[in-house]
Amino acid sequence: MDRFLYLTFDGLSRGAVYAAFALALVLIWRAARIVNFAQGAMAVATAYAGYSVTNATGSYWLGFAVAIIGGLVIGAVVERVVMRFVDHSSPLNGVVVALGLVLIIQGVLGMIYGNNFRPAEAPFSRDAFQVGGVALLSRYDLFVFAAVGAVVVTLTLLFTRTSTGLRMRAAAFAPDVSRLLGVPVGGMLTLGWALAAAVGSLAGMLVIPTELGLHPNAMDLLFISAFTAAVLGGLDSPVGAVVGGLVVGLLLAYVSGYLGATVAPMAVLILLVVVLLGRPDGLFSRAKARTA
Amino acid sequence: MTALLEITGLTAGYGAAPVLHDVDLSVGEGQIVAVLGANGAGKTTLLRAISNTLPVTAGSTRFDGIDLKSVKVERMVRHGIAHVPEGRGVVTELTVDENLRLGGLWRKPKPSLDEVYELFPALANRRGHLGHQLSGGERQMLAIGRALVATPRLLLLDEPSLGLAPKITAQIMGLLRDLRDRTGLSVLLVEQNVRSALSIADEGVVLNLGRVAARQKAGTLADDADLRHAYLGF
Repeated sequence: MDRFLYLTFDGLSRGAVYAAFALALVLIWRAARIVNFAQGAMAVATAYAGYSVTNATGSYWLGFAVAIIGGLVIGAVVERVVMRFVDHSSPLNGVVVALGLVLIIQGVLGMIYGNNFRPAEAPFSRDAFQVGGVALLSRYDLFVFAAVGAVVVTLTLLFTRTSTGLRMRAAAFAPDVSRLLGVPVGGMLTLGWALAAAVGSLAGMLVIPTELGLHPNAMDLLFISAFTAAVLGGLDSPVGAVVGGLVVGLLLAYVSGYLGATVAPMAVLILLVVVLLGRPDGLFSRAKARTA
Repeated sequence: MTALLEITGLTAGYGAAPVLHDVDLSVGEGQIVAVLGANGAGKTTLLRAISNTLPVTAGSTRFDGIDLKSVKVERMVRHGIAHVPEGRGVVTELTVDENLRLGGLWRKPKPSLDEVYELFPALANRRGHLGHQLSGGERQMLAIGRALVATPRLLLLDEPSLGLAPKITAQIMGLLRDLRDRTGLSVLLVEQNVRSALSIADEGVVLNLGRVAARQKAGTLADDADLRHAYLGF
């Protein structure tokens, strides 16, 4: 029972990061109908930038801020310079371009920083508190929950309560009509990419200290887990992404806890295949009742 | 006096093949001009060329002295032109209230929606409903109401009667005329429903295969049996 509790909290903490990363994928999917396969590589690039600043200045939070702002910038640049010019007549085009970006970004990172793991320190202790004799949560886990919670709340308020959020939703649902109503559709798309990439960078900053450290491929596994979470949630649903993230986190924790860590990546892939076979629209997809 | 909207020698279309050829047309301040013609005559293309959602090959479209060809689509509404596209263009994933707010987001301060709700009481009861939950008539009202939130000087209206019951169509037409009388709004009204359109229009323009076949006072046009038979099919 203690072990189960421990694994549950561990899973929720991992799941929160997957949820944030899945949310980033969903944001771009909703805005541009592209699955941004480059999201992991983009997040790693900003994490390198962040830790470079941290190492130079000694301030974790300065580096953290640089990584998040770097996410905004890299998202906007990727949309403006690359994705805007991709022909969207086939969904495959965006995917191929995104995969190309992955290779470029990982290659450049390898050239600059080398292909070995670099230590990435956490801003808070990762030693868990003992609650009733069971080690449940560390300060760092609390930081992860708070950061992801803040992102979810901020995004929800942005999209449902602000004019900019209304513009972004309208531009995504009906670009032509929105343009006629004075909405700068291109700008909203750039903003969507920027926000999504910043959320991706946050997820990267949160997860990298808990794994082996900085590496050009550091986010590859996380990408698969988060992508599974997003698909589980229906790709279109922010709520689905968050729930999907937590589910995948729990699954990974239980599988690696009870069956061994080496099986965990396989469990994610099996879940992905099962979802794609059984419920390709996800658990939270909207009804497809779009008439005239 | 020059008209509010002045179109001369307009040629426009999709790709290499122009749909409109050398079209001249004008809409005066506070005037309702009906554009009539069969399917494929170029009525929708005309509106899209004016609002720059379609490239203009030749000719000029001027609005209150501004060359519209140099105005970006998303800036049109700031110049006082509201285009309600065919099929109504309600964002079906957004609520009635959100759709209406969307119409006035560029304005500072944000305009009140009360006037539109007063104009369309049917919408006031459905503020929180999503676009796809509305009836055809309600969607049309929403699309027009959303355009009005921007307080345009010229309304480009594409087939507002499409798929609506005659009673609803008459209601919408009456409302357009009232608006014109009250606020001096100019309307360029594209319609298949010739009788309804001419019942409120000051002037009618008949398009045939992308060219202006006739341009007359609405009353004269309605009485011209030959013209009606030739181009309007009744």
